[in-house]
Formats: sequence, C-alpha cells, structure tokens
Amino acid sequence: MRKMRYLSGVATIALDVGKCVGCGLCEQVCPHGVLAMADGRAAIVDRDGCMECGACVTNCPAGAVAVTPGVGCAAFILQVWLKGKARASCC
Amino acid sequence: MTPLSPQPGGADVATSGCCPPQAAREPGCCFPDHPPGDDAGQPCCGGPQAPAASPMARPGYELCPFVETFLNTLAGPVPVVATRLDRRDRLGTLGARLGYGRDGYRAAPGLYAVGRPGTKDPVLVTADYKLTFDALRRELHGVDAWILVLDTRGVNVWCAAGKGTFSARETARVVTASQLPLVVSHRRLIVPQLAAPGLDAREVKRLCGFTAVFGPVRAADLPAFLRAGNRADPAMRRVTFTLGERLAVTPVEIYHARKWLWWAALAAVLASGVGPAVFSLTAAFERGAWLVAALAAGLAGGAVAVPVLLPWLPGRAFAVKGAAAGGLAGCAAVLAMAASPVPPAGGLGVAAMLLVSSGLGSFLAMNFTGSTPFTSPSGVEREMRRAMPLQAAGLAAAAVLWIASAF
Repeated sequence: MRKMRYLSGVATIALDVGKCVGCGLCEQVCPHGVLAMADGRAAIVDRDGCMECGACVTNCPAGAVAVTPGVGCAAFILQVWLKGKARASCC
Repeated sequence: MTPLSPQPGGADVATSGCCPPQAAREPGCCFPDHPPGDDAGQPCCGGPQAPAASPMARPGYELCPFVETFLNTLAGPVPVVATRLDRRDRLGTLGARLGYGRDGYRAAPGLYAVGRPGTKDPVLVTADYKLTFDALRRELHGVDAWILVLDTRGVNVWCAAGKGTFSARETARVVTASQLPLVVSHRRLIVPQLAAPGLDAREVKRLCGFTAVFGPVRAADLPAFLRAGNRADPAMRRVTFTLGERLAVTPVEIYHARKWLWWAALAAVLASGVGPAVFSLTAAFERGAWLVAALAAGLAGGAVAVPVLLPWLPGRAFAVKGAAAGGLAGCAAVLAMAASPVPPAGGLGVAAMLLVSSGLGSFLAMNFTGSTPFTSPSGVEREMRRAMPLQAAGLAAAAVLWIASAF
C-alpha cells in the first residue's frame, strides 16, 4: 500500500484533540493508519493517507474527529453532478 | 451433498404421470396391486428413479446447496454451512466478478452456523452479498462459530457501511429477529472492521445489549484473530490492494463501460465515413477500423493496464495514469496502422488516434477510483474538475483532426 498514494493535501479530516477521550477506537477502525494514539490521545499521523471513509467519525464517542464523508468514486460523483445527490447511485 | 429441493418422481407414486393407461400397464410397473411403500428402488417406466427428497426439504422452501445440515437450538433449527465452495458457488463468484448476475446475488439474512458451535462460541456478523458470505465461510474451516447475516441489500460490507445499511440498527434488528440471545450465552459480536463507517459499536450495545468488537479487515485473518483472543495485529487492520485484488475488480469496470463503448465505436465508424465524397461507406469501415482500434487501445490502457500497473504508472491522479497507459497503448495501434499496406490516415489521423486512446484511458482510469480502497472523495472530485475539461477538449480535437485527415 505504501507505493499507492493518492493526491496530497486534499483530505478533510480534522481532529479536535481537546475533545479526545483517549479510547483508541479511531486507531482501531482506520483502514489506513491515519490516526494513532500518542500519550493517551489520538493524533493524525498520516493525513494524506485518509480516504474519508468516516469510520473514525462514526465511532468516536466524543465527536472529536470530523471529515466530509463521501464516496471516492468518479462514476458516483459524475452522477451527483448530472442527476443530483438524491438520484445518484453507486455500485 | 443432498439434493437441492424435493425431486419429482421420487416416492410420489399416486400422482406420478409416468404410467401408461391401465390396460397397457405391465405388472410391477408403478402401481399394480402391491401396497404403497413397497416400490422403493423399483424402476418406474422410463429411466432410473431420482433419489428421494432430502430429509431437510420443507414445502415452500428451497434448500441452499451450501447448507450441510441443521443444528437444533433454543431458537429453532439453524443451518450449518459448508466451508468449502462448490462449483455453483464458484460459478456465482465468476458471474458477480464479471458483472453478470451481480444484483440480487444474496444469502438470506439471519443466523447460520459453521462447524458445530455451542453457546460460548463467537458470533461473526457479515453482509448478505453472496460473494461476501462465501468469502467468509471459506476461511472458517475448522472453526466453530455462528454467522449473523445482515440485510445489506446484496451489497458487500464496506459499501453497505458507506450506504448506511450495515448499521447498528440493522445489527440489532437481526440479533432480535434471529433470537440470538437464546442461542449464545455471551453477549459479544465480532463485526468486520470495514463496517465501521456505518456501524457505531456503542450504539449496537445500546440497542441490543451485545458488545460489538471490530474484527480484522480480511476474513482470512479471522481464525488467527479468534485464536489470539479477539486481538488483531496492525497488519490485520490495514486494507491492501494487491495485484490479485486489483485484477478481481477489473472485469466489472469493463462490464459497466460496455454500454456506452458500443455507441462510441458506432460514432467512430460514422465519423470515419465523412470525407470528400460527403459520406463513404468504404471509408467508414476502412478508416473506422483504426479509430475503433484507438478506442480499444484506450480501453486496454485505462481499464486493464491501470489496475495491473497501478503502483508503477506515473502520477498520483488516476486521470494522469490513464492518459499515460492509454497513450502508450494508442502508440501500439498507430504502429500497427503504419505497418498496414495502405495506411488510411496521415499525421492528423495519428494525432486524433492518440488523443482518443489517451483521453479514453484517462476517463476510464478515473472511473477506476471507485474500485480502489484508498481514493478520497475530495481527491477524486479535485482531479475530475481538472481532468474532465481536458478530456472533453481532447475528444473534440480528435473528432476535428480525424475528419480533417480524410480530406
């Protein structure tokens, strides 16, 4: 996976360390190792590895992580542009 | 393996339509005067007798071929599934991978068993896409566990989580509907890690009292995860995109593109007929063949070379990788044309062909983002906004150059 990197500087993930309760669930659910625990608090260690799947956001008990969720699929985004969000479908 | 469903012509002698009229009947055929039940194994008129109905057959139901037997529990009989895939499963997998029969390829939601689980054995939660269900059970050889299949509308774990159908609510619904609390004494579910975008583990606990533990990304790591006391090492928590995984998602992209590609080929042939004689059918086919070859090169570059060569193609944006791969394949098409006895297009035509193959390759590669496990929507949208105007301009320029090359 290290050889396959996507565009840099685009991911919308944001972490409010002040709100973090240190449960470690975000580190557990992230499929790309974007978040890791350091000194009992979560930290973003690989922002550009984020694919904005939203696993961390859904499972953060403190609402400390935020991301603009979506599907990283050109065909889907094209459908949203053409037909609108409500009528777009993906595989 | 037991038969799929009750077989006609088994022991249902009274309704059998295979007998000749009364007068022509030979003694011993079907139902002469011997009592019912006496004819087991007796050949009836016309061929050997079909095997008796499976003892598991029930009126109105079809027995799934992957069910080996049923396990009696306090919540009623639970199907025990095979851990080896048979020919039908493999054919189904092939169809789903190619794109045929992909919709509605599902396993019924509810509780299943693998091995001979008891009240203390783990409960593994999964999606109802048959490909997912098969991928899970094939890894569970030698494991005793319960499998809880959610109704994810025939969609795999990760995509269903993204759509919100693989959720805490759905998990709680199936836990209740299948009467799981009667079947197991513990209160713990192992949910796939990739369900996390749609499934809030704490909400599962709130809704049905079961603690949701995130299992590994891949079903293949489940036995090791269970052996380690429900612990995943870091590698089990990361998605990969190996050559094999990339090849598995390649055919379905081509399947999706096939509809408009036929129209593109038709348009290419029609555009090739335009020339000094207004429209020439001969030119449409002779020149059209080369423009279609350029389209084919774009397809090979964007939909085949990009997935295969993904880590090694230049650029991070898929549109760039696809333009490179499509352009390179287009060069091959141009060389083939140049080697033909009477090349039907000169420099302008060559430029048009290269624009077509790199433009199509770029567009198809961009579409492949949806099949990868690492592209972010923000990134895809950014590259689409930059690449699509260029792709459209390339297509328009190609059309002008190709028609101009006929004059």
